[in-house]
Amino acid sequence: MKRIYVNEKWCLGCHLCEYYCAYANSNESDMVKALKNIKIRPKIKIEELNGVTSAVSCRHCNEPYCVKGCISGALSINEGVINIDKNKCIGCFTCVLSCPYGAIEPDEDGVVDKCELCMKNSFGSPQCVKGCPNNAIVYEERG
Amino acid sequence: MKYVIIGSSIAAIGCIEGIRSVDKKSEITVISKEDTFIYSRPLISYLIEEKTSLEKMRYREDDFYEKQNCKTYLGREVIKINDKNKVVILNNNEKIAYDKLMIATGSRPFIPEIKGIEKVKNKFTFMTLDDALSLKKKLTENKNVLILGAGLIGLKCAEAVMDKVKSVTVVDLAKRILPSILDEDGCKIVTKHIENKGVNLILDDSIDSIDEKNAILKSGKEIEYDIFVIAVGVRANTELAKETGLKTNRAIITDEKGKTSNKDIYAAGDCTESYDITSDDTKVLALLPNAYLKGETAGINMAGGDKTYDNAMPMNSLGLFGLHMVTAGSYEGESYIDINENETNYKRLIYKNNLLKGFIIIGDVRRCGIYTKLIREKIDLRQIDFELIKDKPQLMAFSRKYRDETLGGVK
Ligand SMILES: Cc1cc2nc3c(=O)[nH]c(=O)nc-3n(C[C@H](O)[C@H](O)[C@H](O)COP(=O)(O)OP(=O)(O)OC[C@H]3O[C@@H](n4cnc5c(N)ncnc54)[C@H](O)[C@@H]3O)c2cc1C
Repeated sequence: MKRIYVNEKWCLGCHLCEYYCAYANSNESDMVKALKNIKIRPKIKIEELNGVTSAVSCRHCNEPYCVKGCISGALSINEGVINIDKNKCIGCFTCVLSCPYGAIEPDEDGVVDKCELCMKNSFGSPQCVKGCPNNAIVYEERG
Repeated sequence: MKYVIIGSSIAAIGCIEGIRSVDKKSEITVISKEDTFIYSRPLISYLIEEKTSLEKMRYREDDFYEKQNCKTYLGREVIKINDKNKVVILNNNEKIAYDKLMIATGSRPFIPEIKGIEKVKNKFTFMTLDDALSLKKKLTENKNVLILGAGLIGLKCAEAVMDKVKSVTVVDLAKRILPSILDEDGCKIVTKHIENKGVNLILDDSIDSIDEKNAILKSGKEIEYDIFVIAVGVRANTELAKETGLKTNRAIITDEKGKTSNKDIYAAGDCTESYDITSDDTKVLALLPNAYLKGETAGINMAGGDKTYDNAMPMNSLGLFGLHMVTAGSYEGESYIDINENETNYKRLIYKNNLLKGFIIIGDVRRCGIYTKLIREKIDLRQIDFELIKDKPQLMAFSRKYRDETLGGVK
């Protein structure tokens, strides 16, 4: 299945992936409306330490502890993509406790949010990849 | 191949999905006492609170059994397993043959002996959807609710009913709440929080006798109530296994494949014991992720696949009246403690022999799964920047190689 891969060496730490992610998932067609003066909550996040930067988002694991431990059935696997049904989620955060990458986070409504590879928004393919100016984030089939 | 599963809850669903990942065709028969849609027990408190609904609380879609090609006997009880002839016998005497059997009978509430309890009409347990629906009907603004047990189930029940009734009192014999989940410092924070929300907590005391309106405590205190909820703990449903001669302790004993002492009988979930990698001993881990993972493992092995479940440990994530707490593993060893001034955020990491063994976090639970990973995979803390990760869970504390392999897909 196609996954997002990050080449840390090429990451500039510019945070554009975060902005593209937030825009893609905002349901706004206007980038200004989606991002200006708004505290964005991207599903991909840059980690930084002493000049080293890297982007972290859901790995869509083959053995996803988040899905298997989900107490409400809100997390499910659909053709390899791990989806969250926010309507079913009751915000117990068992998935937050289970994810080895820290890639599922509580959102402002008290339920969890995660990367769904932009499959459920109007774009249909990962926008963090599109927004990365240095090709540090790619979306590829690597077996 | 004929598969038979006793129970229709989490371990059973895990087992079905495990079997079907290997064997798409053979017959699976599911027998359960409960005649409902597929739901998960933890959601019953959210149902009462109206944070979920009967529609939304379905653990799997309504056509799950159909799609997984399962035959169901819902509302039926298995009263005997005949392991010689390999059949199970139902309460209407029907016999169902199996090649591989799964016991996923879970647990039931423990009812303590209390003088007068048999005469109390408005008494409830808090385990099943039926329990929740009948309790919900009784909740009105003028009612006083008395809950026996300040563990996870009792406190989730307190939270659920709080806004619908006049008062909620929780009594427990233990000196502190959530004794199997939190340490003393953690308890203080959560106790303060739930008392501030109006729960009347009475600890280090128990109910000596009870009648339709009053409970008399050991201390002599008298509590007037209208609704009584018993939530002192659960007991594994092991009777069928015992009568069949399977090895049991406090619950059914299995190996890491989910197999019992009989090669054609598997068991998983709350009715079994699991090996806890953080304390090096075997215990009942009555937790949902454990039920699913072990059920799935057993299912795969029943169908001829090969899977081992060898990283079980206690894991709790729960919110009470808006305060979140996550815990994992066991608490013996050296501690790193971080507690903020007004005592609303608390973090304790417990480590021993360069391994993280457990943690308790109250408040800011973000990314705590990275700590869980350290425990689950027994990562040597000398291989990571432990000082950095103590402060905040992050992947920068791992080696560049680790990040390249996981995030970068470098082989
Ligand atoms: C209120 C509440 C809140 C909880 N919250 C959490 C939480 O936040 N996180 C967490 O990890 N865990 C939580 N738990 C625990 C979790 O619900 C259990 O670990 C989980 O349900 C175990 O699943 P199981 O399949 O092993 O058994 P169970 O869910 O107990 O199901 C057993 C099934 O077997 C059936 N059965 C039993 N005997 C027979 C028989 N002889 N014949 C036919 N059928 C039979 C029963 O009717 C039942 O359907 C909570 C539990 C409760 C009650």
